[in-house]
Amino acid sequence: MRGGEVGLTAVLAVLGLACLYAAAKTIEPAYAFHMALGVVASAAAIFAIFQRYSTRPTETPLEIDGKPNYNFGPVKFCSLAALFWGVAGMAVGIYIAFELAYPWLNIAPWFNFGRLRPLHTSAVIFAFGGNVLLATSFYVVQRTSRARLAGDLAPWFVVLGYNMFIVLAGTGYLLGVTDGKEYAEPEWYVDLWLTIVWVTYLLVFLGTLMRRKEPHIYVANWFYLAFILTIAMLHLGNNAAIPISPFSSKSVILWGGVQDAMFQWWYGHNAVGFFLTAGFLGIMYYFVPKRAERPIYSYRLSIIHFWALIFLYIWAGPHHLHYTALPDWAQTLGMTFSIMLWMPSWGGMINGLLTLSGAWDKLRTDPVLRMLVVSVAFYGMSTFEGPVMSIKTVNSLSHYTDWTIGHVHSGALGWVAYVSFGALYCLVPWLWNKRELYSLRLVNWHFWISTLGIVLYITSMWVSGILQGLMWRSYTPQGYLEYSFIETVAAMHPFYVIRALGGVLFITGYLLMVYNVWMTIRSGEAAEANAQPTLQPAE
Amino acid sequence: MSSGTPTPTSAGLFAKHHILEKNPILLVIAILIVVAIGGIVQIVPLFYLQSTVEKVEGIRPYTPLELAGRNIYVREGCYLCHSQMIRSLRDEVERYGHYSLAAESMYDHPFQWGSKRNGPDLARVGLKYTDSWQIAHLKDPRSVVPQSIMPTYAFLATTVNQVVGVPYSDEDIAKAVDDVKVQINPDSPDAATFQKRYPKAQLRKFNAETSDLTEADALVAYLQMLGTLVDFNLYDDKANLR
Repeated sequence: MRGGEVGLTAVLAVLGLACLYAAAKTIEPAYAFHMALGVVASAAAIFAIFQRYSTRPTETPLEIDGKPNYNFGPVKFCSLAALFWGVAGMAVGIYIAFELAYPWLNIAPWFNFGRLRPLHTSAVIFAFGGNVLLATSFYVVQRTSRARLAGDLAPWFVVLGYNMFIVLAGTGYLLGVTDGKEYAEPEWYVDLWLTIVWVTYLLVFLGTLMRRKEPHIYVANWFYLAFILTIAMLHLGNNAAIPISPFSSKSVILWGGVQDAMFQWWYGHNAVGFFLTAGFLGIMYYFVPKRAERPIYSYRLSIIHFWALIFLYIWAGPHHLHYTALPDWAQTLGMTFSIMLWMPSWGGMINGLLTLSGAWDKLRTDPVLRMLVVSVAFYGMSTFEGPVMSIKTVNSLSHYTDWTIGHVHSGALGWVAYVSFGALYCLVPWLWNKRELYSLRLVNWHFWISTLGIVLYITSMWVSGILQGLMWRSYTPQGYLEYSFIETVAAMHPFYVIRALGGVLFITGYLLMVYNVWMTIRSGEAAEANAQPTLQPAE
Repeated sequence: MSSGTPTPTSAGLFAKHHILEKNPILLVIAILIVVAIGGIVQIVPLFYLQSTVEKVEGIRPYTPLELAGRNIYVREGCYLCHSQMIRSLRDEVERYGHYSLAAESMYDHPFQWGSKRNGPDLARVGLKYTDSWQIAHLKDPRSVVPQSIMPTYAFLATTVNQVVGVPYSDEDIAKAVDDVKVQINPDSPDAATFQKRYPKAQLRKFNAETSDLTEADALVAYLQMLGTLVDFNLYDDKANLR
C-alpha cells in the first residue's frame, strides 16, 4: 500500500473511534446522531480505500503518450453532486417561500421557517455552488496547467469530505444544531471538519499549479486561488468559538455584540464576494472564452479586475450595518468601498462580455453560450444594484426588507446559477466524452423558463421590499405612524405568492437540465478520441 | 492568456505581473496581504477604541434562565425573521423605542441584530406584552394576531428544558442550576440574593399553564427582559457621542 493510503486509513480509524466514544458519552440526541454518522462515514471510507487498493493499477502515470493523464473522477462526482444538491436546495427554497405566504405549511419543529431557511441558503450556496466550484476548479486547474491533479487520495478526500460537511450541516439545522451566525450556522465540530477539508483543497490546488507544464498560471486560477484562501481566512475568523464540552454540539462564539456583528458581515459579505463572485469569475474566465472560442478580451483588464476586486471587496461588510450601533466611521468606510467596488465589478463584466467580440452571432445558435453571457449581464446588474443599496440613504429604506432578498437572488439565480448551468452544460459532454448535449432545444427551454422565473422573483421582491419600507416610515397628517407592523406583513402576501411561483418556474427549468444531463451521460453519441475540444491555455 | 504575453514595452507594473503568474507561492502571499488589509482596518479598532461600546448603567449578564431562553431563540432561528437592532431613524424610534446601544448587546455571543424583518424588531419587546400573551402567541401566533405568518412553537411549552449554564462569577457558576429554579419561584428564600446578582431580573413562573420548567419559560423570560435593562430616563445621549 502507498503511504497515503496507510496514513489516511489510520487517521480515519482514530477519527471513527473518537466519534464512537463521543456518541456514547453525549446526552444530546442530535450530537449522538452526528457522531454516529462520523463512525459510519469513517468505516465506509476505510472500506473504500481497501476496495480501491485491490483494483487500482500499481502505478498511476502522470502522462500517457505525452498527454497529461487527467484525473476527472472527482470532477465527475462533484458535477453530479451539484445537480443533486441543486434540486434539494431549490425545493427547500420554494417551500419556505410558500411558508411566508401560507404559514400553516410550517410543521413544527423540524420544518419551521427558522430551521429550514439556513438549510435553503446552505444547500444552494455551499452544496450546489460549492460542488460546482470544486468540479470546475479541479477541471480548469488541470487543463490550464496541463497536469494531473496533485495527490492520490487527496482529491477524493476533498470532494467526499466536503459533501460530508454538507450532510452534517444540513441535518444539523433541521435538528436545531446551529451557532446562529447567518451563512455560517454549522457548529464547532462541523467547522473543524470543514477546515481540514479546505486546507487539503488548497494543497491539492496549489500542488497542481506547482507541477504545471505551462509557464504562466492562467487567470481563472488566480480567482480560484483567491476564493480558496480568502474563504479559509473568513471561516476561521468568523467561527472562532469555544465548545462548552467535547460531548456537546454547543459552542460559544469568541466575539460578542458589535465586534461579532462586524466579524459576521466581514464574513457574510465576503462569502458573497469570494465564494459567489471570485470563484464563479474563475468559471467565467475559462468557460466563456472556451465556449465562444475567442481569447479573453483584455489581459490588462484581467489584472486590474483581479487585484482591485479582491482588495475592495473585503471592506464592504459594514454596509449591512448602516444606522446600527456599529460606529459611524466603520459604516462610512463600508459604504465608500462598496461604491468603489462597482468599478472592478463592471471591469470584469466588460472583460467577459467583450470576449464575445466577433462571436456575437453564436448567441443565436448556442443556448449554452447565451446562458453564460446572460449570467455575466446579471452579474453587471446586481453589482450595480449592490452599491446603490449600500448608500446609507437608500439603505435606510431597503434594509430589513425583501429588497435585499430580491437583490441577493438576482445575483444568485441570474449570475451564480446561470454561470454554473453554462459551465455544467459544457463540462458534462467533455467529461463523459460525448459529442454534444442530448438536446440543445431543452437548454433553450431551460433558459427561457428560468429567465421568466427570475424576472417574477426579482420584480415581486422589489415591489414588496420598497412597499414595506415605505409603509414602515409612513406618517398620517397628524404625525402618527400610519401602519401597524402586522398591516405591513399582510400587504406582502400577493408578492410572496408571485415570488414562490417564480421559484417554481426556476426549478422547472432546472429539472429539464437534470434530465438533459442524465440523457447525455446515458445515451449521448460518443465523441471521437481526438475530438475533445482543444485547449487554449495560458499563452 | 491568449491575448499575448505583455511585450517588453508594456508599462511598469503590468510588465512585472508575470512574476506572480509564474510563482504560485508568491501569488498566495500577495493575495493574502491584499485581502487581509480591509478586515484589519475595520475590525481591530473596534476592540480598542473606547467609544465603540458606550458606558451605560444597568447592563448585566443574562440570568441562567434568560440565557437558556436565548439559546432556544438561536436554535429556532428567530433571528432570521426578527431583528434586535433599532436603527437611529425617526420611524423606528417611534415604533420600537430608543435606538439600540452597542452596550445592550455586549454580552451577546453571538450577536442577534438580525438582517430581515419578516416580523417586528424585538430589541425592546420586554414587558410590552403579558406572559400569558407570549405563551399564547408562541403556541399559536394566529390566535392573537390573525394576520401573523409566524410558525407555531407549541412544542416549547411541553419540552422540559435541560440546557443551562454559562460561566460568569464563581458564585454564578456554582448556583447556575439553582438560579433557574429561583427565578421561576419568587417565594424562594434565595430570591433576594439572586435579585442582587441579577438586577432587574424578573422572578415569576412565565409559563403559568404547567408547573414543569418548560422551554417556553426560558424563552419568555428572555423575551420579557429584552431592552429592559437600561433606564433611558437616566441615559445621557450626549455623553456617548461618537
